[in-house]
Amino acid sequence: MEKRVVFKNKILPYFLVAPQIIITLVFFIWPASMAIYQSALQEDPFGLSSTFVAFENFIYIFTDPIYINSIKVTMTFSFSVAAIAMSFALLFAVMADRAIRGATTYKTFIIWPYAIAPVVAAVLWYFLFNPTVGMLSFFLKSIGINWNFELNGRQAMILVIIAAAWREISYNFLFFLAGLQAIPKSFIEAAAIDGASPRKRFWTISFPLLSPTVFFLFVMNIVYAFFDTFGVIHSITEGGPNEATNIMVYKVYHDGFESLDLGGSAAQSVILMIVVILLTVIQFRFIERKVHY
Amino acid sequence: MVEHRPWLTFLTHAILILGILLIAFPIYTAFVASTHSLDEITSSFPLLPGRHLIENYRQALTVGSGEVGATVGRMMLNSAIMAFGITFGKIFISLLAAYAIVYFRFRFRMFFFWMIFITLMLPVEVRILPTYKVVADLHMLDSYSGLIFPLIASATATFLFRQFFMTVPDELCEAARIDGAGPIRFFIDILLPMSRTSIAALFVILFIYGWNQYLWPLLITTDEKYYTLLIGIKRMLDVGEGQADWQIIMAASILAMIPPVFVVIFMQKQFVRGMTETEK
Amino acid sequence: MKRCKWMLIVAIFVLVIFPASVMAEPVVVNWWFAHGGRLGEKVQSIVANFNSMQNKYKVVATYKGNYHDTMTAGIAAFRSKNPPHILQVFEVGTATMMAAKGAIKPVYEVMAASGQPWSPDAYLSTVTGYYTTPDGKMLSLPFNSSTPVLYYNVDAFKKAGLDPNKPPKTWSEVADYARKLVKAGSPAGFSTAWISWIHVENFSAWHNVPIGTKSNGFGGLDTEFVINSPLHVKHIQQLADWQKEKIFIYGGRRNKGNAKFSAGEVAMYTESSAGYAGFKKTCKFEFRTSMLPYWSGEGGAPQNTIIGGASLWVMAGHSQKEYDGVATFFNYLSSPAVQADWHQFTGYLPITTDAYYLTKGQGVYEKKPGMETALKQMTLNKPTANSRGLRFGNFVQMRAIMYDTLEAIFVGKKTAKQGLDDAVVAGNKLLRKFEKANK
Repeated sequence: MEKRVVFKNKILPYFLVAPQIIITLVFFIWPASMAIYQSALQEDPFGLSSTFVAFENFIYIFTDPIYINSIKVTMTFSFSVAAIAMSFALLFAVMADRAIRGATTYKTFIIWPYAIAPVVAAVLWYFLFNPTVGMLSFFLKSIGINWNFELNGRQAMILVIIAAAWREISYNFLFFLAGLQAIPKSFIEAAAIDGASPRKRFWTISFPLLSPTVFFLFVMNIVYAFFDTFGVIHSITEGGPNEATNIMVYKVYHDGFESLDLGGSAAQSVILMIVVILLTVIQFRFIERKVHY
Repeated sequence: MVEHRPWLTFLTHAILILGILLIAFPIYTAFVASTHSLDEITSSFPLLPGRHLIENYRQALTVGSGEVGATVGRMMLNSAIMAFGITFGKIFISLLAAYAIVYFRFRFRMFFFWMIFITLMLPVEVRILPTYKVVADLHMLDSYSGLIFPLIASATATFLFRQFFMTVPDELCEAARIDGAGPIRFFIDILLPMSRTSIAALFVILFIYGWNQYLWPLLITTDEKYYTLLIGIKRMLDVGEGQADWQIIMAASILAMIPPVFVVIFMQKQFVRGMTETEK
Repeated sequence: MKRCKWMLIVAIFVLVIFPASVMAEPVVVNWWFAHGGRLGEKVQSIVANFNSMQNKYKVVATYKGNYHDTMTAGIAAFRSKNPPHILQVFEVGTATMMAAKGAIKPVYEVMAASGQPWSPDAYLSTVTGYYTTPDGKMLSLPFNSSTPVLYYNVDAFKKAGLDPNKPPKTWSEVADYARKLVKAGSPAGFSTAWISWIHVENFSAWHNVPIGTKSNGFGGLDTEFVINSPLHVKHIQQLADWQKEKIFIYGGRRNKGNAKFSAGEVAMYTESSAGYAGFKKTCKFEFRTSMLPYWSGEGGAPQNTIIGGASLWVMAGHSQKEYDGVATFFNYLSSPAVQADWHQFTGYLPITTDAYYLTKGQGVYEKKPGMETALKQMTLNKPTANSRGLRFGNFVQMRAIMYDTLEAIFVGKKTAKQGLDDAVVAGNKLLRKFEKANK
């Protein structure tokens, strides 16, 4: 863990870390503590009067049906995104692993959507499903489905899940493929000699060996769906209709910036901080040890 | 594979091709839409490219759309400045910080290490309002420094470099010391060139990260001069009673995709390396 | 000799006039506003005219984004002790601004302290009423105000055999007309924008029934919502039921539904009078405006409608000299020529009677009768306690609750009674929170 040979300067290291530490303090630590502090205050937007109310903001949000709904929505959204993105990615990765010819081409083509921002992905899918100009919405209407996600909450949720998962498939594919290619060919060959079919070989050998990757990707996908999808919600549904896509990270922004509810937004931020800490701990503690490359 | 199963091989390629089509479909339709006029888009569902490509892209780049006061050209410039600023800024300060933590012993070393680590658990989404206020107090709203500085201190790059430095053989450092080289000399002449591949991998990841920033520019820019491209696209959608200029929006989206995708494709190896290594 | 004369003139210029003009550095007044596009350009040209007419004050107008962004920016600036002088705030932010006594300076105080002649009576009471205290003191200057009207498609009317000179006056007539229009081929009868503003808030004022107790909140922070009264329930339930016959279809939040009118999907549409300019551009058919429909025999309909839009607030913390500049600028903004021009360009209501008569005298209303509809509707009667406007804290969040509630009612998840009852409970929670935070 530690280097044996080091330099003896005592002042230089401080200068070297200074930029990162200063920025970390000013833009991360200080605001985060402010958020915690503000979550215990009842303030008007101008800061002219603030009363210390301890946990009242938290009690308020946990008894607020809209916030509870937001938690449910976030859960549904993140699990769906993870499930869809991972299953498609696994399928493509298994196929790509088998394909000898054109493997690099396939790989290139499936990976690059990762470079596309979630919000751009959202705009693309919004265009396809738009009730007025979208060709997929036209198709749905022609087979009798009353497609109007601006009014129908479930349809709005489907749309944002598709937009968010589409991009994450690439990310998962990358890791699954790497994981599959790390499995020693000797295992597979041995099983084949024993007469196991490809399907049996996959489920009894490859998949178990992939399980650390699966676990790792699951956590990463959840983090992605919780936080990086703000752009998706903000650009196409704004949390609606009727709170159907009001994920927690969007609600924090909306309550703070548009409704100017500072205490409530800060309390929600604190809750999200706890979520991130939990997920980070899980990621470092249980996963880091098991994933090899 | 292991044995020769033609049907399975066929299925394999079929699924993969289907996968590529599924992934490419929205991008293809967006591109097609960006080459048609608005009337053509609203009256039919074009599947083949139209004839307005140059005109649409020219309009997007030089005029923009609707109530968004900035042209796509300007916004691309802003996004580029932000992306490169974040990329180089992050690489620079992370190199320095990782170097200090690995190659020196000083009081607060572990304290600083954990402080940097904590930033992993503080994405901007959990501290929106207070960070906004700090930036406002520092008069950094509506400025390039406001877009760049608050984002250059997160931990992933530092950890990557630290991990890499740990694998550098001690003999190199010893040899340098024997030769009378100071720490800065060692850093510039030996460590930095060795880190080239890590830097390249990070470059790809960070450029994509910086270019695709959405929440942060949304919060701190209200002046149209500083709009970034992704914010601009969203604002183009926000036309309320007017008609959204779909052909311009699609052109802008395609333009928004080109730089990061270009980087990923041409630096694919580094990209893959960067992804698998930063997730450790 | 001649040279001496010239040198004297130059000397006088250099020594007297030049320093004098430098000494009179204009006082800068910062104005943060929320209009983009064409409207934003108009704002800048008004400001430029003011600046060029005198050199004592210089107004610097900055576009800060939409209403939310502008208000947030203003508040953040105040907290950083660096607020602008003038901030444009939308009408639903009024209660928040009013309650922030240390952050704002009421307009009547600013005008009085500047010593300039100013008469509150010059303003149209129905426009300023929203931004005035119950005893008539103006807190903020109305800038862009509009009120909802009914737009109708003349071509579609003719096709259905309806007389375009006789637009529907009551909601029952609207339903009749809608049925005939649908029969003649229109996909649906009518839709609406800003559904909460038009069909709950303005609906209440138009029928002279309260939205909340204590004169819609003007009388105190301990107000409570009463939008679940039988009349409200009747109207919303009717809208929900009408969807089955396609007499009414919901158009989405804010003014997303405008495309339905301009595309001919509905032949009638209730929207802000400020939507006129947009429709002029997008509608390929002839259309006219008429007053909002009402339920005949209910409440005191028709009473008068209330405004939407934004007003200009003066922020605290500046010098008297700068406030004098603000007062001068406000007088300029309120002058008949400026108001008449702004009104005719944007479709927003003029805020003074003089501007109204000036525009009338110019014959504008004969050419564009639609523009007068809004004014006539607003000045139909003297405002009552129910129709001056509203003042509810956290109202931005209440609007969001209203959207959610109405959407739930329209998809059949709740009946109108259930939905409105729930909205009242949730809304009152918000009001109590506001009351507590501003004790």
